Amino acid sequence: MGIQQIIFIVLSAIAIAAALGVILSRNPVNSVLCMITCFVAIAGHYIMLNAQFLFVVHLIVYTGAIMVLFLFVLMMMNLNAEIEPQKRNWLKYAGAISGGALLLVLVAALRDASMPAIQSTSTEIGLVANLGKTLFTSYVVPFELSSVLFLSAMVGAVVIGKK
Amino acid sequence: MTLLTIAIDWAFVIEKILLISAVLGVSLLIAMYETYGERKVAAWIQDRRGPNRAGPFGILQPLADGGKLFFKEEIIPATANRFLFILGPSIAMLAACLTSAVIPWGDVLTIAGRQISLQVADVNIGVLWIIAVLGMGVYGIMIGGWASNNKFSLLAACRGASQVISYELPMGLALIALFMISGSLSLKDIVEQQRDGVWFVLLQPLGFLIFLICAFAECNRTPFDLPEAENELNGGYHLEYSSMKLGFYLFAEYINMFISSALMATLYFGGYSFPFMDSLGLSPNMVTILGIIALFLKTFIFIFFFMWVRWTIPRFRYDQLMKLGWNVLIPLALLNMLVTGAVILYRQG
Repeated sequence: MGIQQIIFIVLSAIAIAAALGVILSRNPVNSVLCMITCFVAIAGHYIMLNAQFLFVVHLIVYTGAIMVLFLFVLMMMNLNAEIEPQKRNWLKYAGAISGGALLLVLVAALRDASMPAIQSTSTEIGLVANLGKTLFTSYVVPFELSSVLFLSAMVGAVVIGKK
Repeated sequence: MTLLTIAIDWAFVIEKILLISAVLGVSLLIAMYETYGERKVAAWIQDRRGPNRAGPFGILQPLADGGKLFFKEEIIPATANRFLFILGPSIAMLAACLTSAVIPWGDVLTIAGRQISLQVADVNIGVLWIIAVLGMGVYGIMIGGWASNNKFSLLAACRGASQVISYELPMGLALIALFMISGSLSLKDIVEQQRDGVWFVLLQPLGFLIFLICAFAECNRTPFDLPEAENELNGGYHLEYSSMKLGFYLFAEYINMFISSALMATLYFGGYSFPFMDSLGLSPNMVTILGIIALFLKTFIFIFFFMWVRWTIPRFRYDQLMKLGWNVLIPLALLNMLVTGAVILYRQG
């Protein structure tokens, strides 16, 4: 058992435990904190795959920006388990049934899928220089199109904010 | 059951552990003496003497302050969330200490035939890692402010978070212009390029100015110390904290100041390189040691600048702070990026 395997097991355990914490904890602020922990553990998996750029962008965008906004909203609203409105029973059953159906579909789809083993030799594609070259040569049109999409989203947000 | 055989290069692990301990120890020591330095600088600017009772010139003052903080009574408010109340200062401290991992503190030392790089991790995303950790630092302030269950703390936490997020943007844009020149995100590469060429501050004066202003905002230092504005918020996000938990928040600010100064020295002022370092004819180890001294000298100059500004410029108002960030710094940083790109294109074509 190499050190990589040990790190993988530890990170996975943290990620799964934190993910369970998100749905099981009664306090919404604790849920957000569990989600942050989960994201950090997943970022660790990116490092294990030598995808350094993805690792750091994941940290900046998800844990650094998006989760701060989540936390912001929750803290301002100050939600508690006591004042949270109780959901109706039929809603709970509907949720359980649709979730179970989704699980069934996923299991059926993945049952016969073959999992290619991850190459033990490290790949260099996740490093910044290689990723940049790939994005700006092979995938330049989709890349530029998606940036236009982001720009329009930004303009839309400003327009809504000005109203 | 067979025993687990773990393949680890022990020499490498020990080397890194020693290096990490040294960097952490030095950061903490410097942060400790920054508190002393700040009081002495303040005294000098205000024509006073400053701390001069504990030891010669008062140099034992930080120890006395630290001892006082440890022995003070710890109070956790009854309505506070205990776990998060303790987590807040811990995260602030953790985030402050994490950044030092990617800064190259010196060139390579050769000890007993073994090349030891004086950088904990030479990853090719160095600068992005620092931005990511800065983002983590927000949680320390937000969690601490919210868990105190006090309206002033919460207001300060919101101010702190929005300030850090707003100023991350111009900081990132200023850095993009720097990367366009360096062609690398690794801090080691950036220093090596300045060793052979000119310091990047000469190529990126506007970018440096933007970075400097943002560093002040990210460290919550005056004139941007709105999260702890005592005359409107009673001390801000650490209002309910006492004893060493308060000490952690204050200490994290000083570590942040040290790391920001080291970062500015590394990115824009040549890091551990100094003029004529390769033509002195000294042994490589000697040059490396002189390089470390050069980096620390540059860092101390920036730390002094931080303190100088604190005791000279009054605090901004909150709307002025946001206006400066969004309406002035971001357009300027974008302009800087455009001009840099145009110049690079012109020189290539």
